[in-house]
Amino acid sequence: MAKPDEKLSPVSTFLWEGHSTRDYVIKLMQTSQAEYGYIPKKVIKDISAATGTPETDIYGIISFYKQFRLEKPGRHVVKVCDGTACHVSGSNMLIDQIEEDFGIRPGNTTEDGVFTVEAVACLGCCSLAPVVMIDGKVYGKLDASKVKRLMKRIHRKTLKEMKAEQESN
Amino acid sequence: MQKIYVGMATCGVSAGADAVYDRLKELIEKENLPFELQETGCIGLCAREPIIEVRDEDKGESAFYVQVDPKKAEAIVQAHLEGKKADEYLMDEAEYQQYYGKQKKIVLRNSGLINPHSIEDYMERDGYKAIEKVLTSMTPEQVIQEMLDSGLRGRGGAGFPTGLKWKFARAAKGEPKFLVVNGDEGDPGAFMDRTVLESDPHSVIEGMLIGAYAIGASRGYAYIRAEYPRAVRHFNEAIEQARAHGFLGENIMGHQGFNFDLRVKEGAGAFVCGEETALIASIEGYRGVPRTRPPYPANHGLWGKPTNINNVETFANIPWIILNGAQAFASMGTEKSKGTKVFALAGKSKRTGLVEVPMGITINEVVMDVAGGIVDDGKFKAVQMGGPSGGCIPARLGDTPIDYEKITATGAIMGSGGMIVLDDKTCMVEVARFFLEFTQKESCGKCIPCRVGTRRMLDILTRITEGNGEPEDLDTLESLAKVIKDQARCGLGQTAPNPVLTTLKYFREEYEAHIYQKKCPAHQCLPLVTFTVDPEKCTGCTLCAQSCPSDTITGAPKQVHYINQEGCIHCAGCFRVCPDDAIIMD
Repeated sequence: MAKPDEKLSPVSTFLWEGHSTRDYVIKLMQTSQAEYGYIPKKVIKDISAATGTPETDIYGIISFYKQFRLEKPGRHVVKVCDGTACHVSGSNMLIDQIEEDFGIRPGNTTEDGVFTVEAVACLGCCSLAPVVMIDGKVYGKLDASKVKRLMKRIHRKTLKEMKAEQESN
Repeated sequence: MQKIYVGMATCGVSAGADAVYDRLKELIEKENLPFELQETGCIGLCAREPIIEVRDEDKGESAFYVQVDPKKAEAIVQAHLEGKKADEYLMDEAEYQQYYGKQKKIVLRNSGLINPHSIEDYMERDGYKAIEKVLTSMTPEQVIQEMLDSGLRGRGGAGFPTGLKWKFARAAKGEPKFLVVNGDEGDPGAFMDRTVLESDPHSVIEGMLIGAYAIGASRGYAYIRAEYPRAVRHFNEAIEQARAHGFLGENIMGHQGFNFDLRVKEGAGAFVCGEETALIASIEGYRGVPRTRPPYPANHGLWGKPTNINNVETFANIPWIILNGAQAFASMGTEKSKGTKVFALAGKSKRTGLVEVPMGITINEVVMDVAGGIVDDGKFKAVQMGGPSGGCIPARLGDTPIDYEKITATGAIMGSGGMIVLDDKTCMVEVARFFLEFTQKESCGKCIPCRVGTRRMLDILTRITEGNGEPEDLDTLESLAKVIKDQARCGLGQTAPNPVLTTLKYFREEYEAHIYQKKCPAHQCLPLVTFTVDPEKCTGCTLCAQSCPSDTITGAPKQVHYINQEGCIHCAGCFRVCPDDAIIMD
């Protein structure tokens, strides 16, 4: 296999390094998701061809593991921790507040594409409970009004950015 | 030269340790200050993160500062430049004594003391001395005997004797043999393994090397949760360093024929993959579905070859046991539970964080002394141990010692080390429902008792918390629990009813209050809560009336508001929005 063009997806770079056996299927999907935020259909076909894994099996793996997405997420992924410590400290209040403000429950993306909200089992910073993680950054010791302010601020800023991008196109 | 250590494991960074580190770095570099700045792992007391330590090795002194921010960091540096300490930010001496006094650090011996990026730091603290001792003076059989003598049991939760597991793996026929470290720490509220991988990755690698020598394994995998990016990064880096130093690879440390290499496999978010046969399927690139045992992985594991799987904490114990002797380890603990156990303390206790205590210490000592009791002077109600597979131990059994058999006798399990402290504001029915929701979601769906049984139990629990419970529900829950325990295929299903069974056993009156009086004694199950306005506190700001989706709150501006119970849909919107805590939940 020839070395792939630099512009190609990280998946092909990875494959080029010789990692084309079945036990790399999950790693390949993780690489794709890190790059695109989800696993596009095209990538499923590529992984299938490269590793000899049936596409149905790949779908099976995607639906089994919580990490994988088949749809493009919003600009900001909001992970509301619902681990035990956060749960007993009121994470449901945060989830209800987000629904009130943005009209979505965990597992969904806002119509404007700004937020994808997910409930996750434990982010492992229990002493800061209840916490949310937005794009990898942890915000701790929250309550309903703090999460409201935080997300409204990000929302306003993102809409502005999106508008500016549209105009420049 | 004085060294400044910044605790930068995940909990520290989440609390803002990276900003502190950056500020210190800038200061020291810009003004060429006489400090050596180092990153370190978890210092333990998560509740007071970010924590930094200023260590003066010449004088043998050290000062811990808590809840540091970039501004405080400047003041601390300034004070030490003047040969003083920044007293107002120091960790409280009494708190230090209470929190660390009863701890005994074996697994966490280097955590928070060394820079996890530095193999030299690890080696300075007797790192890789244990494998050297093993390779130069012990046969594999002697290593296994040492483990058996130490009494070390699997720290993943089940507590199977490590020496015995190794003995089986050594006796198994087939080549190559695999050694796997299970870092798929999935219990919500548990972060022991993550901390060890982040703070002292080499101790796990060295433990694995000793295991590989004992059982004759040549290839290894570290299966680490994808939710732990920092742990994955640190561990990968440590593997590279160990390779460069000749601790991994061929003819390790000059020992002809001892070959072992190691690779990280990231999990992808499936709780069931902590079960060893599911973990094997996941490493091979399949859905992580468990299979029936026997055959056990010792004989039929990865790609059908003999495979030995131990937990992160188990491996971290091993170098210490080799260097200090099985007797030193076995001298701690109870008759059948030896050594120490690391717990992730979280929930409603005053102090939360990571603690390592000798086996045999009581729950009360951990909760009341080490953790300092309950926040806001609340009442200690129970501890949840063992996560979704465990149960709630009530405060009145607080003198139960930390011991595999004694904890199991209460109906909970030792588990991997999650310890969530619950106070009287926590509804036990809701806790049980929470864990059932978790296991129901995480059930792989292969066997019917687990797939359907957990769903039925969850339905009933949800109904009870919504105020629609019926008298026969409790019997149905108990009989369903028995069927699932007896018939589920793997540990996930077999232990899934534990949270329900323990709460039914110790807090039955709470279930009954939900069912018969339609009341939640902890005021947590919203459909059973009455919302009223406290006229003393209400300032008439109108926020609640504006946010009420059913328009059932009346009141003029600057006047006390009133909630009409008829129209209330129990959404708690008024409670969330009230700036004056004037909404009473009863």
